[in-house]
Amino acid sequence: MTSALSLKGLNKSFGPASIINDVSLDIAPGERHAIIGPNGAGKSTLFNLISGLYTPTSGTVSLNDEVISGLPAHEINKKGLSRSFQVSNIFTNMTVRENVRCGVLHSLGQGYAFWKNIGSNKAVQEKTWEVLEHCALTDKANVPAALLPYADQRALEIAITIAGGADVILLDEPTAGMSNTETARAVDLIRRATEGKTLLIVEHDMGVIFDLADRISVLVYGEIIATDKPEGIRGNAAVREAYLGDEALPEEVA
Amino acid sequence: MSDTTQTFQNLAPSAGAKFRQRTLPILIFAAILFAIPMTGPSRTFYTIAHQMGINIVFALSYNMILGKGGLLSFGHAVYFGLGGYLAMHAMNWIEAGSGIWGAVPVFFLPLVGFAGGALAGAIIGWPSCRKAGTTFAMISLGVAELIFAAAFMFDSFFGGEQGISGDRMNGYEMFNLSLGPIDEVYWFIAFWTVVGVIGMWAFTRTPLGKLSEATRDNAQRVQFIGYNPQRVRYLVFIFAGGFAGLAGGMAAVNYEIFTPDALSLVPSGFVLIMAYVGGITYFVGPIFGAILLTYMQSMLSDFTEAWLLYLGVLFIAIVMFAPRGIAGIVFGFFDGLRGDNPGRFLGRWLMRLAGILLMLTGLIVLVEISVRWSNGYGEVYEPFGLHLDITSVLSWVLVILPAVAGVWLTRFASKEEDGQ
Amino acid sequence: METIVFGLLNGVSYGLLLFMLSSGLTLIFSMMGVLNFAHASFYMLGAYFAFTITGSTSFWIALFIAPVLVGLVGAVVERYGLRKVHANGHVAELLFTFGLAYLIEEVVKIIYGKTAVDYRVPDLLNFAAFEIYGATFPAYRIFVIFIAIAMLVGLWFLLKRTRAGLIIQAALTHPHMVGHLGHNVPFIFMTVFGIGCALAGLAGLMAGNIFVTDPAMAVQMGPIVFVVVVVGGIGSLEGAFLASILIGLLQNFAVGINASFADLFGFIGLTEMSEVGSITVSSLAPVLPFLLLVLMLIFRPQGLMGEQEL
Repeated sequence: MTSALSLKGLNKSFGPASIINDVSLDIAPGERHAIIGPNGAGKSTLFNLISGLYTPTSGTVSLNDEVISGLPAHEINKKGLSRSFQVSNIFTNMTVRENVRCGVLHSLGQGYAFWKNIGSNKAVQEKTWEVLEHCALTDKANVPAALLPYADQRALEIAITIAGGADVILLDEPTAGMSNTETARAVDLIRRATEGKTLLIVEHDMGVIFDLADRISVLVYGEIIATDKPEGIRGNAAVREAYLGDEALPEEVA
Repeated sequence: MSDTTQTFQNLAPSAGAKFRQRTLPILIFAAILFAIPMTGPSRTFYTIAHQMGINIVFALSYNMILGKGGLLSFGHAVYFGLGGYLAMHAMNWIEAGSGIWGAVPVFFLPLVGFAGGALAGAIIGWPSCRKAGTTFAMISLGVAELIFAAAFMFDSFFGGEQGISGDRMNGYEMFNLSLGPIDEVYWFIAFWTVVGVIGMWAFTRTPLGKLSEATRDNAQRVQFIGYNPQRVRYLVFIFAGGFAGLAGGMAAVNYEIFTPDALSLVPSGFVLIMAYVGGITYFVGPIFGAILLTYMQSMLSDFTEAWLLYLGVLFIAIVMFAPRGIAGIVFGFFDGLRGDNPGRFLGRWLMRLAGILLMLTGLIVLVEISVRWSNGYGEVYEPFGLHLDITSVLSWVLVILPAVAGVWLTRFASKEEDGQ
Repeated sequence: METIVFGLLNGVSYGLLLFMLSSGLTLIFSMMGVLNFAHASFYMLGAYFAFTITGSTSFWIALFIAPVLVGLVGAVVERYGLRKVHANGHVAELLFTFGLAYLIEEVVKIIYGKTAVDYRVPDLLNFAAFEIYGATFPAYRIFVIFIAIAMLVGLWFLLKRTRAGLIIQAALTHPHMVGHLGHNVPFIFMTVFGIGCALAGLAGLMAGNIFVTDPAMAVQMGPIVFVVVVVGGIGSLEGAFLASILIGLLQNFAVGINASFADLFGFIGLTEMSEVGSITVSSLAPVLPFLLLVLMLIFRPQGLMGEQEL
């Protein structure tokens, strides 16, 4: 069975500091896979490696059996992998609608066109509407992105990420800094937005993880110490040791 | 469930709003240009108007990379110059009637300029656009110096210090314009100014135009919507070079001469000031800037020797206190009037304006007295019949009092605003 | 042989002068991220202040006072101008210094006039130090080399051996961290900006009487200083030193070489008759630094010894 996303022997060092150490992982199509781990474990670095912002020191990343490690980030994106960022990475000087509209351009074959009017393209308008509706942002469509409240910015972040119709979605701490109600809404949005797609999500909120994930990998000091279904992780001794004092143990979450 | 065909039209501006915001201003602009000759302007007026038209196109082209692209260039005059020089040569080819040039009207030379500027942009932009920010700015500076130096080495293309000159009254007369008398040249300039404005405006409405804005906002994000930010910047750069060359072509026909000075850091700096003072975050900003600064350059220099000093002060004032430029001030004013408390807003505004005028008075008196003293000819500043030399008490009163009053008044107006 | 010796002597003294000028800019740029477009304007102010002070007292007093004055002007500019603009980003800061350069030039024109002023080498140093190959080498240039080296040593001492220097070095690469450690970063910025400008003023004081002291000084020197800082690399005074000497030597040697492109590339058929062929190496001398700048930015953006990219 082909994996949607496959990491083989991935290593990343910055000079003498080894951040990611021999990481291997296979994620099935349609799977929802969570990565957890203490701070400084290398989760962001891992995301950067997968999405093409960093090149691996050794090892490969494959998307649908095609090696993508070493390709520039926009090429990887075109092949169907999209990601969000921990710190909202949106187009602050544009409205919400324009943000999403930019996100859909490439998938609708607009390319670098300078001879077409962006406003008159029906397909672009429809797709933009679809995405906005999916993410419950339609009533804020004409608000400048910089003026959005935090939770809506995160929602916009996710909207742009899925706008291009990528099959493999990477979400980096999407609910960071949210209240309980906001988190619940975000989880609902994530679930709807990634239906039928492969999801790789980094999170600290255990409730979210156990709600969403099919499988969980635990990353500690750049190595994966365990990959299992949620119940397996809950009972894993090595995981509890790594988390001692760092995070709330899984069974303590309501 | 919602009705998709109806609802996405709710998001886009209505047809009426679109007309008001987009088409109407252009129509008004064109109408003004059309009406100007009917008022019987003087030769001086025409001369300045032509320079304004050229500068409008030039400044707008610069804002394609600065405001919409986020790239600060210190060498944009290179593309203006190279486009202009090409158009100049083409003018001479038309005169000589060589080959197909015999059939090309001089009227269309700005298109030759566009081609020259775009080609230069394509060649020079290729290595330049890999990085943004300070790296790009420094490369543009280096390139500008290199090309300017090269302009003195290749006399066949650049004509050395005297440049290349030509005669625009040749070839086929488009629209029955011989382009001899100055009021006929006006139509030429007006036509291409409108073409330039519409062209660059239309560009902002294309996918590439929007991507350019997105890249300026967040180049990293652009990668994750499937686009290569370097490529976006490069393509926009080519267009910006092209439109700069268009302005160059306009200048070639207008002045019938092109010298290497047109490629130097001086016009490059000037177009930067024009765009920034006008307001780089608005499309129309550079238009305001071009008009104001062309006026200052032509007319103010008749009134005072120190006009460059005033320009410097204006520029710094904008950078420090009004980073959105003149357009920002104008639009902010109208927004304020439409806001919650127009009466109070207007009051504060007038207070601030009065404060600025007072400070300006103090500055002008100081500068004018100093300039005359420094020249050493014994000249004295005599505005409105007052005799103000460097020793008289009145002079210093007129410097210090308005300055202090002005500063106090503007501070007061701002505090009013904060305290609200 | 004589070309080489003179090229070396002139190149090194000019290079050291460039280093005096660019060391200040390196400090400012590395620490504050501001590419001070007006840096060469402070250089010009140094020359003009020295001229005025020398006129009423002596060169030797000017040697100490003029740089301090320029430094004070710099500190004031930073405190009341740059700091306010800082909030609007690097581009705004660059534009501010750009406008400042314009302003300083115009003010200088008003106060001192549009033509060159007669700022002369002090009589004490106005003699030929030695004679080589029939041409003399002025003692004043030796003095410049001496002062430049003294400044270099002083700067090195300040940065590497004093506590203040340690803080400045840290702030050069990690200003935020230094702030978190409790140091008054705005004050440090103001001080460094002032020191940087004072160094530029010192360079102006030294150079103003060798070269011409006129309002166009800043515009002539400005771009070359940027080349030095960029080629040397950010955060690196050693790099700035290397780049200064390199460019000083490059320009002074090139000026002495009268070979034309036809001479050099004759083997591919270039003749003196063609335009390209008739270009001489010496005529290229003024633009070689910019060629170096462009090439460096394309192939090695972090400069010779810099750690980060621009």
